[in-house]
Amino acid sequence: MSLPDLVPPGERPGSGSERVEVLNSNLLRVGVLTSMALILVGLVLMFVHHPSYLRSAEALQRLTSPGAAFPQTFPDVVAGLREWHGQSVVVLGLLVLIVTPILRVALSIVLFALERDHAFVVITTAVLTILIASFFLGKVG
Amino acid sequence: MSPLVFVLALSGISVAAGFLGSLVGLGGGIVVVPALTLLFGIDIRYAIGASIVSVIGTSSGAAAAYVRQGLTNLRVAMFLQLATTAGAVTGAFLAGLLHGRWLYLIFGLVLAPSALGMLRQMAVPAGPVPPDRWADQLQLHGSYFDEALGRPVSYRVANTTLGLVLMWLAGVFSGLLGLGSGTLKVSAMDMAMRMPIKISTATSNLMIGVTAAASAGVYFLRGDIDPIIAAPVALGVVAGSFAGSRVLGRTDSRVLRGIFLSVLLVVSAQMIWKAFR
Repeated sequence: MSLPDLVPPGERPGSGSERVEVLNSNLLRVGVLTSMALILVGLVLMFVHHPSYLRSAEALQRLTSPGAAFPQTFPDVVAGLREWHGQSVVVLGLLVLIVTPILRVALSIVLFALERDHAFVVITTAVLTILIASFFLGKVG
Repeated sequence: MSPLVFVLALSGISVAAGFLGSLVGLGGGIVVVPALTLLFGIDIRYAIGASIVSVIGTSSGAAAAYVRQGLTNLRVAMFLQLATTAGAVTGAFLAGLLHGRWLYLIFGLVLAPSALGMLRQMAVPAGPVPPDRWADQLQLHGSYFDEALGRPVSYRVANTTLGLVLMWLAGVFSGLLGLGSGTLKVSAMDMAMRMPIKISTATSNLMIGVTAAASAGVYFLRGDIDPIIAAPVALGVVAGSFAGSRVLGRTDSRVLRGIFLSVLLVVSAQMIWKAFR
């Protein structure tokens, strides 16, 4: 048995319906564009606040050597954002980038439910559960 | 070198990493990590933190386009993610039991046969796709419009059980070594599950972002994600993968397999070298 050569959009079994694809794609696009904008603004702010970054080799050493000072917890980031610290804006952008794929998995559960695709609601919920559990386990790739 | 020059140079390298990564379904870590450690002398912890960001950026940057073009098989991705995430948890438990040197060696040795198999397939075309009950029941088969061929292509998915086992293995390596293991994912889909190379690449591209995202939070809280390093990497790989996603559909599948094979050999050698260093 083989599928017909021309499959109308919306009936591509393997890739899901077109609506599902567009929603998945849009979520990724919004997530990526938001994070890129934040990272870019943050970088510019870093250079505006620290003009020495334009020339000083010593500044790069300080910024990239082990033990460099940068926000490493959520409270750090929030505190930095209040004062428009470039580093904190960059980290906020990176966090948006990190969260986007996980949000997409969560959105997929809703989409599969709307499509009444019960097997995939179960599969996707299991994936999200393992993802969240693995986060708390501390190390996962 | 000033921070300005560093940011500009690293962005440029990352564009190349994102472009290559999006074409072969990898995260770009194979470019970013050596560039950071060897070229810029950055500490390996920060290099791996930036590599995780690179994997997510490459994945999300290209995925929006791949999903919309119908190149990503969303159902296969989610189905296989059961195995990669479970594998990653297994990897987390195994961490510390095996020395890093052995891990790299095993990873390199797992990849080498994939490369050989791929070489052989170039000479001898594969036979018909065997039937698969799970693939039928879960409606994993699909079709896409191949821009290079100028016509729609239907494909059937096979060997889902073997696929799950290989993906679990890929997850274990991801969890242990902190990499996306896109090489293993593309090989598993292309060779074991008999999916077209473009679909394998785009589907792997989506999957690596999810697994990397789960670990990235931990890397962040551990203080491994240095903004001045991660920012240019993120900006660069997203731009590069965005460009790559415009090219994949139009590229001849044989060319893609050739590029993937070369990358496979490089990564395999990198891993074995790390083991014996």
